[in-house]
Amino acid sequence: MSAAAPEVARGESRFETARRLLAENPAIALIFVFVGLFVVTDIVNRAQSGHAFLAPTQVSTTFLYAAPLALLAAGQTLVMLTGGVDLSVATTATAGAFVASGTGKHGAAAAVVLAIAIGFGIGLVNGIGVAIFRVNPLIMTLGLSSVTLGALTIYSQRRFVALVPNIVNTFGSGRFLTYIPYDLLVWGPIAALIILGLRYSGFGRMIYAVGDNPVACRLAGVRVWQVLLIVYALCGALSAVAGILLVGFNDAADLGIAAPFLLPSVAAVVIGGTSILGGSGGYGGTILGALILTVLDSLLTILNASAAIKQMLYGAIILALAWLYAWTSRSE
Amino acid sequence: MTTATATADRRRPGIHAARFGRRHGWTLGTYVLLLALVLYWRSVPPVWGSFDLQSLAIDALPFAFAAMAQAVVIISGGIDLSVGSLMSLVNVISAKYMATMSFRDALLFAGLLLLGSTAAGAFTGSLITISRVPDIVVTLAMLFVWAGLALQIQPIPGGGAPLKYVQLATGQWFSPWIPSGLVILLCAFVLIWLPLRRARPGLALYSIGSNRNAAYLSGVSVTRTRIFAYSLGGFFAGLAGLALTATSGIGDPLSGQYYTLNSVAAVVLGGVALVGGKGGLIGPIAAAFVLTLVKTILILKGVDQNWAQVIQGSLIIVVVMIGGLAIRERRRM
Amino acid sequence: MIDSGEVHALLGANGAGKSTLVKVLTGVIRADGGRLVLNGEEVQISSPSQAARVGLAPVFQDPALVPDLTVAQNMRLTGTLREAVRSRLHEMDLNVDFSEQAGDVPLPMLRMLDLARALVRDPQLLLLDEITAALPSDLAERVFAVMRTRREHGRSVLFITHRLAEVIAVCDRATVLRDGSDVGTLVPQHGGERKIVEYMLGAEVATAAVKASELDETEVRISTDGDAAAAAAEPALEVKSVRAGTVESVSFSLRPGEVVGLAALEGQGQDDLFATLAGERRPEGGEVLVGGRLLRARHPYDAIRAGVVLVPADRLLALLPQRSVRENIAAPRYNRLLRWGPINLRLERRRVQEAIDALQIDTRAYRQVRRLSGGNQQKVTIARWLASGFGTLLCFDPTRGIDVGTKQQIYSLLRRLAGEGAAILFFSSELTEFPLVCDRIVTLYGGRITAELPAAAADEASLLRAMHGLAEEVA
Repeated sequence: MSAAAPEVARGESRFETARRLLAENPAIALIFVFVGLFVVTDIVNRAQSGHAFLAPTQVSTTFLYAAPLALLAAGQTLVMLTGGVDLSVATTATAGAFVASGTGKHGAAAAVVLAIAIGFGIGLVNGIGVAIFRVNPLIMTLGLSSVTLGALTIYSQRRFVALVPNIVNTFGSGRFLTYIPYDLLVWGPIAALIILGLRYSGFGRMIYAVGDNPVACRLAGVRVWQVLLIVYALCGALSAVAGILLVGFNDAADLGIAAPFLLPSVAAVVIGGTSILGGSGGYGGTILGALILTVLDSLLTILNASAAIKQMLYGAIILALAWLYAWTSRSE
Repeated sequence: MTTATATADRRRPGIHAARFGRRHGWTLGTYVLLLALVLYWRSVPPVWGSFDLQSLAIDALPFAFAAMAQAVVIISGGIDLSVGSLMSLVNVISAKYMATMSFRDALLFAGLLLLGSTAAGAFTGSLITISRVPDIVVTLAMLFVWAGLALQIQPIPGGGAPLKYVQLATGQWFSPWIPSGLVILLCAFVLIWLPLRRARPGLALYSIGSNRNAAYLSGVSVTRTRIFAYSLGGFFAGLAGLALTATSGIGDPLSGQYYTLNSVAAVVLGGVALVGGKGGLIGPIAAAFVLTLVKTILILKGVDQNWAQVIQGSLIIVVVMIGGLAIRERRRM
Repeated sequence: MIDSGEVHALLGANGAGKSTLVKVLTGVIRADGGRLVLNGEEVQISSPSQAARVGLAPVFQDPALVPDLTVAQNMRLTGTLREAVRSRLHEMDLNVDFSEQAGDVPLPMLRMLDLARALVRDPQLLLLDEITAALPSDLAERVFAVMRTRREHGRSVLFITHRLAEVIAVCDRATVLRDGSDVGTLVPQHGGERKIVEYMLGAEVATAAVKASELDETEVRISTDGDAAAAAAEPALEVKSVRAGTVESVSFSLRPGEVVGLAALEGQGQDDLFATLAGERRPEGGEVLVGGRLLRARHPYDAIRAGVVLVPADRLLALLPQRSVRENIAAPRYNRLLRWGPINLRLERRRVQEAIDALQIDTRAYRQVRRLSGGNQQKVTIARWLASGFGTLLCFDPTRGIDVGTKQQIYSLLRRLAGEGAAILFFSSELTEFPLVCDRIVTLYGGRITAELPAAAADEASLLRAMHGLAEEVA
């Protein structure tokens, strides 16, 4: 994002300027939406129960809840930047959760490392399918997710001593200085790494390039399969981290622990302005998308909206925002 | 100067056979696989009769319709992630109200629902064309919407359907070896898809999937054809939901989840390219049966249901990988 | 304004508006202003089918045939009678199997099919958009014959092309477009090429000339932190009996500092030859040596590593449309794992700016490369190799569809690169370019080299003869 003052091109109406600025800097709009939603939730909450929502505890809870989603959406962002999609992030997170709790008795470090390794491995399989065998990402990841789920079901039926290490518990659900969730210490550095990496590393450039035009990449000597392989593996690892946070929060792993996060992970990326076709976007917008979705979820819970209504609303929101982006970027 | 006679009429029979093989090889392969599986299936249980064939037809019927719905959309160059949840919606609404209806009323209601599902498909298609948002995103959103609606209408499984309606899918036709569900499937295929496929609407469908620009320059209305594709998909999804009501006897709001992924898998396994423009509906129908049969055989052999899911999922992945390799060899990228 | 019974040419540089005009005439896009008068009546054309109804029939460069449908089905799709198209084809002495899938029919034949289909309706105005580009000369002849026949029948043809020779040979009048408006109509036979070029370049002729000489002064530096090939004595590239696809057996060599031209008719093996040299495909026989070392390329990366880089004809293949000019130019710098770490921004900026300056790429405020004009886009594809370093440059029809001014700049650049020690292999479909750029020219026919001519001896007649595989005439 350029730091220069927004230039008004000759002959542009105010409307067109607004549209162009929105297209080039979607983050601004998203911040407005996020803050706006917070305010709305506050008002509604006060009306309903007399409590404020714009209170420090609630803000910190929002960030606490948003972290796992944001991590799932981080992997999803990387994958979607390359023009693909990963519908196995939820099951990979669940796998991470199970492994973390299943091997907890061997110590926290081992459990965490193993869980991330499993996530990385699952992502690698996805990557092999997509990059080397040219399977459509939708099919590959969906297929692998059903395989993973089946395997996890079998695994969960075996009796094992499930122990969630204390550290994992703390990071998943604890806060320090009263208001700052520990999971931000996990999410924050990762987010910074991703944002900086996408912008200032050669690999970041390649991610965008592969999503934009893989044929051109090949001509420039890029071995596209290498890029894709690593991207999917990273997505798997990030999903596993999300799963570890979730199991830390839940204090137990169950098969449905990450299921409600699958479609929101895609939604967060779409809301954040990354094109599903690849080649443009970034993680910054996704972060805001994840935050917005989390607040929205709280709002709907306060309104006593049923799971059904929530779902319908998710759909409508994804549609509306995607439409907005399509409209603003139609400046050809 | 030499006369340019490119691709002159080659009368060599070998060329025609090779061309047929290239175009329909995969579909043929699917049918051969199905046959092989059926033969294997016969050998597994001590007793195997028309009842088993019947139960396969019952199991596979909703799946086959879902595969047809997805195939139509994919051939047109799009994808529809909302097939499964639209199916659930129709299933839930029909089971809720048909429980207290007579057979005749149920049929009329079914017709009404079909109109509704077609309209739903048209709505999705219109959204896609008007908003210029990629179809994955729009159909993903609609998946949420339909699923939520289904959940709202029927929070827990329930409802029912008149006996004769259920028998439409679970009964026999003339002989115990001809499941009536299969007959309905064939009717839908022959009466609805076949006439369309060779006529202008069907060709237009293939053309926008093959090369949208060329289609447009050929005078095809891309917008109208896309909406047509999703409407037809909605129609078949409605049939799938109605079939589900008949085969399961109840309405379950979460029933469609299984079908979203598997409809895409069946389409790919049935030889329809995900890029569009190629293939037909007959392959995906066979693929739906193949996938159902694989699970049936596994369960017959005493394999745990979850293991069956793992194996089925892995099978889908392996087959698709092989398919990917085949394309890759041909295109040599 | 086009008379009935006239073959009218439409000329202009890239971005002058020719394609846009055709799209408006054929209903693909809608006009923002102005009027369209057909046979004295004003018309509004909003869709291709409406254009057809009014009597306008286009034949685009990309044939409007759906690849996955058979030719017969394509005809049914447009409501055209098969027999009518078949008879038109017969009139052109051509034959096509209608049950063949359109995707399997070779491109030149598809164009002729498209033409035949357009003729079925006996259109008042036949619009031919660059139909002869990449069309073998025998088929091009048939197209010219069709144009003359239309004229005889009192019908009109609008012929869009970059090939001035054809315009002079076939057209009655020519209109030149520049920057979106027409600058004049002339009779091409009176004044010839020079007059047409004058119109096209307008006042910029003078500045273009100045620019060219400016270019001659500035030094072009090929980045040395890339993969430049070493020694000057060794040939930069040696091709020994290479066999690959349509290449039967090709041998030649390229020395550093020379520009070798490759002339060939459509489909004589040049595509596969370039693909092999660029590392896109493996040769089935023979070997390729780069700087004396055997090149075993399984991926363009291997070729690039050896210093052999490709500038393709199709810009869409080489560019990242949504990314900026800078990212596009810098792309090959990160094509390997070791370069995936943090970017040295200052160095990158310097290299990119050097390349932009050397090529005089007009970047303005454009953030995305897809907003650039065709000529500038092509410059970007060349610039990326300047920024990444190379030893041998393979140019495959680099000036296809580019305006005259930019073409001159590219010729100048190639000469200067050679002066800096690069080895350049230059393929073009326009014979007039060869003497401007190359030191010597080899011709390819039937997958084999048929002749090698020094630039001085490479006049069109000798080249054409060799390109058709005919032996040199004894003087």
